[in-house]
Amino acid sequence: METKNLDRVVIRFAGDSGDGMQLTGTEFAKAAAEAGNDISTFPDFPAEIRAPAGSLFGVSGFQLHFSSSEIYTPGDAPDVLVVMNPAALKTNLKDLVDGGTLIINTGAFIEANLKKAGYQSNPLEDGSLDKYKVHAVDISQLTTSALEGSELSTKEKGRSKNFFALGLVFWMYGREPDGEIRRIYQQFAKKPGFGEANVKVFKAGYHYGETAEVFQTVYKVPAATFTPGMYRNITGNEAIAMGLVVGAELAGKKLFYAGYPITPASTILHSLAKFKNFGAMTFQAEDEIAAIGAALGAAYGGSIAVTASSGPGIALKGEAIGLGVMTELPLVILNIQRGGPSTGLPTKTEQSDLSQALYGRNGEAPIPVLAAKSPGDTFYCAIEAVKIATRYMVPVMLLSDGYLANGSEPWALPNLAALPRFDVMHRTDPTGYFVYQRDERTLSRAWVIPGTPGLEHRIGGIEKDALTGNISYAPENHEKQTRVRAEKIERVAQDIGELDLAGADSGDVLIVGWGGTYGALRQAQQALATQGKKVSHAHLRWLSPLEPGLAKIIHKFKRVLVAELNMGQLRSIIRDKFLVDAAGLNKVQGQPFKVREVVAAVDKQVESVKSNVSGPQMQVVS
Amino acid sequence: MSEAVKIKLSKKDLESDQDVRWCPGCGDYAILATVQRTLAQLGIKRENTVFISGIGCSSRFPYYMNTYGFHTIHGRAPAIASGLKVTRPDLDVWVITGDGDGLSIGGNHMIHALRRNMDLKIILFNNQIYGLTKGQYSPTSALGTRAPSTPTGSIDHPLNPISLALGAGATFVARAADTDAKLMGKILEQAYSHKGAVFIEMLQNCPVFNDGVWEAVKDDPANRQLILADGKPLLFAGGTKGIKLGAGLAPEIVDVKDGDTSQLLVHSERGSVVYANVLAQLTHPNFPVPMGILYRHDKPTYEQLAISQVQEAIEKQGPGDLNKLLYSGMVWEVGADGTRH
Repeated sequence: METKNLDRVVIRFAGDSGDGMQLTGTEFAKAAAEAGNDISTFPDFPAEIRAPAGSLFGVSGFQLHFSSSEIYTPGDAPDVLVVMNPAALKTNLKDLVDGGTLIINTGAFIEANLKKAGYQSNPLEDGSLDKYKVHAVDISQLTTSALEGSELSTKEKGRSKNFFALGLVFWMYGREPDGEIRRIYQQFAKKPGFGEANVKVFKAGYHYGETAEVFQTVYKVPAATFTPGMYRNITGNEAIAMGLVVGAELAGKKLFYAGYPITPASTILHSLAKFKNFGAMTFQAEDEIAAIGAALGAAYGGSIAVTASSGPGIALKGEAIGLGVMTELPLVILNIQRGGPSTGLPTKTEQSDLSQALYGRNGEAPIPVLAAKSPGDTFYCAIEAVKIATRYMVPVMLLSDGYLANGSEPWALPNLAALPRFDVMHRTDPTGYFVYQRDERTLSRAWVIPGTPGLEHRIGGIEKDALTGNISYAPENHEKQTRVRAEKIERVAQDIGELDLAGADSGDVLIVGWGGTYGALRQAQQALATQGKKVSHAHLRWLSPLEPGLAKIIHKFKRVLVAELNMGQLRSIIRDKFLVDAAGLNKVQGQPFKVREVVAAVDKQVESVKSNVSGPQMQVVS
Repeated sequence: MSEAVKIKLSKKDLESDQDVRWCPGCGDYAILATVQRTLAQLGIKRENTVFISGIGCSSRFPYYMNTYGFHTIHGRAPAIASGLKVTRPDLDVWVITGDGDGLSIGGNHMIHALRRNMDLKIILFNNQIYGLTKGQYSPTSALGTRAPSTPTGSIDHPLNPISLALGAGATFVARAADTDAKLMGKILEQAYSHKGAVFIEMLQNCPVFNDGVWEAVKDDPANRQLILADGKPLLFAGGTKGIKLGAGLAPEIVDVKDGDTSQLLVHSERGSVVYANVLAQLTHPNFPVPMGILYRHDKPTYEQLAISQVQEAIEKQGPGDLNKLLYSGMVWEVGADGTRH
């Protein structure tokens, strides 16, 4: 048996949505992290919970990139593809690198399944897989054999086959099986029969690799080097939930979270519902509007109030966000974006709600908007959103997306003691109080909460007198208030950190991005810079107000390429604000950017600089 | 909140400095005055009292109360009030709404606030019309109501607010007319001491767009109203008529002879929901309209349960430790050499 060292591997598990591919992927990711690799994951599953078995649309996939050096993305294309049935092969094969490794569960390649996947002939036999390293393994049969004598039903036994696949890849990559065995027992502690069966099948898969002599090589991906510290794996939605709890603590206040079930935001509610011992209260409302309504009510009462949704739900919340703008109450709104419009692609990622975040309300109703760049970054963004909302008395929208929400990465645990507090004070002094009297620096009004004697007052959605807060329809007053509400958002720039810039502050091409595309854009910039190209990457955290640092550099590049997973929403803003002829790299396929897609697009811009012609205006990914 | 020592307040103490802007003759004036007078008599703490409203004529109410007030958006007051109450159970939260605000655009929030038994005092001003938008028919308008949007008469059947409240699970359901300050005062007092979701239907007159819609009921209280008294038979028309339950649980009007009320239904505020639903079906013009407290029932409120879950979690798991939270799951250390230990 030969052992080969690899720097990095991209592996994808694909099967029916009932095949347990998400679990297999997650467990293998844990093992990689446990072995000290840097990792990045990309779960990609259909909207249907249990789509009809064997169907093309029911295929669920989980991609894992693990490496001995720092990585930013789940990888462009899998080197290894594990498929549990013909439909999974059909939908995923095009992504596999030429010469890549294919592990196929032949047990599922029966005529009925081949037909469902639209195969005229069996790909195992017709030579169509010749350019790949194929390992044909009857996982279904081997799983059943491993469980011979078990009391589980045939159907229940069949469910264990993902653990066979897991065992097999554990062996292939020389992973220590003991930790996984412990985890399986823990996970199925309440159903010991299943725990026992899954361990048996996992071991069977592991030993199959060892003894079957079909795999001649064990691949090792050595541990990566990290900045010293404590680490854990984290998904975006886990991190955002923790960030909210920590944000409320740093504000010295109680957290209230109201939500309505929606993919891919629901898991934040699930996490926070378990954090009751932090005093956090969660409220599953009757609809999206009630969720933000309840949050606004809690904010009025003095809580750190949060609501979350995805695009369709945010659309429903629009009017209430406007009420928050008008009454100047602090509120955090999370939008875990997905493909749109309408129901769109509920389980796929997209960045197409930027315009909605910035403009999706009636009237002049600007709010601060920020976007997280990685799963772990959602933690810090959540804290920042709480800080800005309470400091400026305004609803703040934090954009994440399905890719960040479900994807995971090793995360350097923060030192809580080092996070600055921003304790919130409520005015209690009635002397000289006016409801819309403003702080000089932030232009925010005082957060006076019910229960405070002598400060009884009324607020509402009708335009307010700029000082007393009484209803006012006076023309000059409305203009004054409209302008001050806008100015307040601009002032948020005072509390924004440095621009996240990679590369020089001038050059040929500036890639501008925001949100979850960070990994692909940053890696592309590094690759191009290594080739000696004058390419920089500015990644925006704040979209409203637009990061002040961008204004200082954007005119110092010959080309500006705004890369985003939409039709050019940030690009329009950049052109509008800076009067630069920014080009766009746009992709709306429900999938993140691949690094090579970005590299190719930037290269074209670099070429256009060299040949002194104008660069392509709008680049799409085919 | 019942206070050991009541604070001495006058009606004036509960009037804000804002000019009241309802149309002359609007039923809202009478309701406002009675609410101010009753709450003053109850000696409420102004700072602990919050009025929350949606949109519509009635929803301007909070501006005129010298308490905390929040004039929100159309139909959403129960949702906003729910978020406030669950996080600030120390406050007395009142919701002011109307038939359009509370039963049409906000119908969903209404039923869910009631079913959760949120400790909210919801007063619904029912004038069977959209006033602020100039007179369209509303979900409580009678069939055939001619309005700007229904010039040939409305063709949808009206909703019965009391049935809706009972069906949704309100634990205190009452009705009063805007002009009956005495009955309204009594109901408000009882509502104030009730822990749970209160629903009060106020029969309110809109003199501009639906003048006199309740006139028949209000002007002939003896024959057109059934004044409810706990433990007393359902009598009206000066005690000469009563309500009994006939075949198929159908209520019937019967003449009372020689003071014999033995066959009549006896009012019980804490009776069954079935009984309360029978009362809800007594509508004008076939029956006298029940006035007073139709139903009340004690059960845990949403905010009590929510808070006790938080307390239980703290008792069982100990107060939240942020470090423990962050360091949960698979945690590892990377040493000075940059590799995992």
